[in-house]
Amino acid sequence: MPAQMLKVDDLHAWYDHSHVLQGVSLGAQAGEIVSIIGRNGAGKTTTLRSIMGLVKKCRGEVAFDGQTGLLARQAHARYSLGLGYVPEDRRIVPGLTVRENLRLGLVSSPLKRKEAEVIDRIAETFPRLKERLDQVAETLSGGEQQMLAIARATASSPRMVMLDEPSEGIMPVLVDEMFELFARMKQEGTTILLVEQNVERALSISDRAYVMDHGVIVHEAPAAALLADKAIQERYCSV
Amino acid sequence: MIGGYPIELLALQLFTGLALGSVFVLLAVGLSLIFGLLTVVNFAHGAFYMLGAYAGVFFIGYLGNFWLTLAVVPLAVGAVGLVVERWLVRPLYGRGIDYPLMLTFGLAYVLVEVVRILFGAEGMPFDAPDSLMGAVDIGVGYFPAYRLFVIAATAVLVLALWLFLEKTSYGLVIRAGARDGEIVRVLGIDISRVWLVVFALGTGVAGLAGVLSAPMRSVFPDMGTTVLVEAFVVTVVGGMGSLAGAVVAGLLVGVVVSMTSLFAPAMAEVSMFALMALVLLVRPQGLFGKKGLMG
Repeated sequence: MPAQMLKVDDLHAWYDHSHVLQGVSLGAQAGEIVSIIGRNGAGKTTTLRSIMGLVKKCRGEVAFDGQTGLLARQAHARYSLGLGYVPEDRRIVPGLTVRENLRLGLVSSPLKRKEAEVIDRIAETFPRLKERLDQVAETLSGGEQQMLAIARATASSPRMVMLDEPSEGIMPVLVDEMFELFARMKQEGTTILLVEQNVERALSISDRAYVMDHGVIVHEAPAAALLADKAIQERYCSV
Repeated sequence: MIGGYPIELLALQLFTGLALGSVFVLLAVGLSLIFGLLTVVNFAHGAFYMLGAYAGVFFIGYLGNFWLTLAVVPLAVGAVGLVVERWLVRPLYGRGIDYPLMLTFGLAYVLVEVVRILFGAEGMPFDAPDSLMGAVDIGVGYFPAYRLFVIAATAVLVLALWLFLEKTSYGLVIRAGARDGEIVRVLGIDISRVWLVVFALGTGVAGLAGVLSAPMRSVFPDMGTTVLVEAFVVTVVGGMGSLAGAVVAGLLVGVVVSMTSLFAPAMAEVSMFALMALVLLVRPQGLFGKKGLMG
């Protein structure tokens, strides 16, 4: 029985006075890929942001890798526990080179001492970044920036990564590359929590999936079952 | 001869401008760093400069050594900055730019009054060390050794600061944090600690500027008031948040003021504002500023 990596119990979140998450419960076993699907505005991004510690007002119980009370910790402390996060809009730091963006992912990590080594390894995994290491990161294409964001968030070899819409606005050939990468990360033992608009794509590599609507989880199923269940997809995911 | 003045006089006046500009640079660097990272418009920056000068008066009386004083003053003023950020400014983050602005505005008055109570309203003497007394021949004429020292000290400090920001991991975090604080946090960095360090660094450098200018200007409680305005002009001309901008604009403003006071003394005080207006007309974000930093 694999260990529970993430357990979210009755998570509520507010933006100002609007009650965005209204009791979300979900979980991920170590080594699983878990997807959250649902319409825009269902609360998927807020769920990830709350787990990461970026939503000011939230309540509930979140346990990560055996540590309970995650919500009491600051965002940076959650990263140090081994929780990586790739936000929706990539958030490549303007003005910094590709290498500097990668170094940023290592500053707080024990791997910082082996910085050059780690960046070499990343360059092997991401050939597209290899020849652009000293280029200003904004000059990369959208897909390459996404690869950089993923490489940065995983540079410190986190136990789990949460990715928000990684395939959004990226050309198909890079989307293929990216999903291959997720499969490889899973093989290496990284747990992945994925929010995707590209539902079929996400479900095809996931073990399980949650369907979200109006700030609650409305359905949970093995990914394969959900992939076959067109009715549910139609009901909760079509725009 | 240019405009009726011999070239040597103009060259000397240029150096006078650079010495004046050096103090502007030191002030603007801190102001700009603090604004760039914390989006705090530090209206107490002039007061920290004044504290630096008084700390200089105090420590030189206590330690009896100018060089030691020069090393201790930025640490002491930076420590005050540390306390101010941690307990006064920090509770105001996330409330909009005007809250810390009002706070530091008020704090400046408090600091000036405290100094007035402790040291009196009268100016205090502060002499340059013997080794920096007198004048040096710099090729175009004799120039005060102390002013030359101020220019050199500023150059060294700016270079060190540049190396720190560009070549160290901590500098990388500062540069990244100025652009996107949130991403820095989700990469495991305690940004509030970085803010604390940068506020202390900026105020410490302001303190250094204060003690460095003490032998050139007199030391009195209100000495930070006019200098604050000058530092803001420099920061705006150079571009908020830019180290290069602070350096270039600081020297430029210094030279413009000193040249104007030669050619048209009555216009000297206005000249920096004219320069600012001109720069803002052409480049609203300042010489080295990036668009939308305030957004």
